[in-house]
Amino acid sequence: MLDLLAQTGLNAVYAASYISLVAVGLVLIFGVMGVINFAHGELFMAGAYAIVALYAGLNVPFFLAVAAGLLFVGCLGLLMERALFRPLKDNPLGGLVASIGFLMILQALAVMGFGVRMVHIPPVTQEVIAFSDKVRLPVARLYVIIAAIVLLSALWYFLKRTRFGWALRASAQDPEAAALQGISITQTARVAMFIGAGLAGIAGALTAPLVSVNPHMGHSVIVTAFIVIIVGGVGSLEGAIVASVAYALVHTFVTTFWDGVLADIVGLSLMLVVLIVKPTGLFGSADRA
Amino acid sequence: MPKFLIWIAALAALVALPHGLSFSQQEILVFLTINVLLVASYRLLTLTGEWSLAHVVIMGVGAYSSALLTKKLGVYVPVSMLLGGVIAALIAVLLSFPLFRMKGFYFLIGSFAAGEIIRLLWKRFRDPFGGAKGIKGIDPMPDFSIGFYKFDFFEPTSYYYFAGVIVAFCLWILWRIEKSPVGLTFHAVHWQDKLAQASGVNVRAYRTLAFAIASGFAGISGALLAHYVGTINPTAFDIDLMVFVLTWAIVGGTATFYGPILGCVVLTVLNEIVLRELGLEQMRPLVYGAIMILSILFLPSGLESIVQKLTKRRAAESAPERSPAE
Repeated sequence: MLDLLAQTGLNAVYAASYISLVAVGLVLIFGVMGVINFAHGELFMAGAYAIVALYAGLNVPFFLAVAAGLLFVGCLGLLMERALFRPLKDNPLGGLVASIGFLMILQALAVMGFGVRMVHIPPVTQEVIAFSDKVRLPVARLYVIIAAIVLLSALWYFLKRTRFGWALRASAQDPEAAALQGISITQTARVAMFIGAGLAGIAGALTAPLVSVNPHMGHSVIVTAFIVIIVGGVGSLEGAIVASVAYALVHTFVTTFWDGVLADIVGLSLMLVVLIVKPTGLFGSADRA
Repeated sequence: MPKFLIWIAALAALVALPHGLSFSQQEILVFLTINVLLVASYRLLTLTGEWSLAHVVIMGVGAYSSALLTKKLGVYVPVSMLLGGVIAALIAVLLSFPLFRMKGFYFLIGSFAAGEIIRLLWKRFRDPFGGAKGIKGIDPMPDFSIGFYKFDFFEPTSYYYFAGVIVAFCLWILWRIEKSPVGLTFHAVHWQDKLAQASGVNVRAYRTLAFAIASGFAGISGALLAHYVGTINPTAFDIDLMVFVLTWAIVGGTATFYGPILGCVVLTVLNEIVLRELGLEQMRPLVYGAIMILSILFLPSGLESIVQKLTKRRAAESAPERSPAE
């Protein structure tokens, strides 16, 4: 029993890692652009297909392929910023619809390029860290956990300790005041989109060998990310991370002891309860709703 | 041309419409008719300013209720359809207690969560909802004859006429509601909710009322669907269809009653008939997505703004002596 608990705990840490990468990216985009990026799950998918094409297809070394995937999805983010979100700045629902259109395009491109069937990717490493007979952590999962810790720490440092990070946060809080201080809103928007999309892309790339890659994999990812950012409070990066861990724990344990559908129901119900008790989320403020 | 002549011509065109179409196009026409009711009821909800993402699941509540009522209790199909609408409205009232504590973005996501919970419950509980496979063998509308025309409900044309009459009646009610004092209050709740509240309008009650009425009609559209296709499952009411409803409404424009309907008809014809005939099966979502993006970029107030430009110009030509203040 203790073994099972420990193993489930490890699974939850892994789940929390990639969920937080996706959710923090989504929060960053919402914070700076003020738009809900419905295509965020498809950015995750694009990262996974970068691995399919480069690592499984062209035999590029795995970590090089991950880096390329990060850049590729980051550039997709830049494209969205320029083509969709900047022209639709004053039309929040418009940004939402445009991102849905973009989602359909990305899905169709994935189907046309790689087929509807799921793709299996050769494992990056078969190594497993065994804590005991029953408690084991595959090294491929460890990569995801390490990446989440490193990237989120780096993002935290960038946002809280560098001048450009301050500028980014300032333009998220009050774009007009920030612009009056000489901060280029376009510049901060570009950086936020690149980082936000890139985080989703790297999460997709790193988890690609561990999941079944298919054109519709973004759906459950975006649902999870929505739950997490709502529970954490929209616009709060800390909240997104805390909520990712909490959600991953609950979801993984319910899945292990009961079943996956019930886990989804419990996760969504928890989110509703949080919204009812505190309609702005645990770490959220009443602004920008 | 007098107005009633235009109406009669439109009616004749609608009656004649299925006879020039192939079987699969007739089927699409039935779905289109049902979706028109869905999107028109959605507009009533958006009148109060809230954009729900649970509307399609509520439609599913109507479908599941009506299917179960006929299957388990043997209720006569037309009655069960009506009850499906009533149950959908009641569920909406229940949902309104948690949901209307939220606004804007939070409402959007909160309604999505509430809808997903209902949908997952259908998936999880095989009894009575049939689990992931859903409910099969739902009783069809019983055939009947009105003398000169015999309704055979396995024929899409018959079902199109039947659904058309029901949808037209529902649209008329929705139209009357929108033009009534209650409908005007919905507008007030949207644009001036503080002012409306200050002048004694119970904003929360009106939001709930709009939500319940819209859900009731969505439930009826769900029941119409269930008894036509004969099989329903949780996937039929997932976020994909909700995204379509949202798109129809926004691309059509939500400033007028006919905007969302226009969006639904134009985009369905484009997607189902034009793109399918062109044989671009895999490219369809790509083209559709591109159209969504282009229309939101270059036609921000929707297709209805084109119609308004055309009719305004004509009105201006025919009645130049009218003062602009009118």
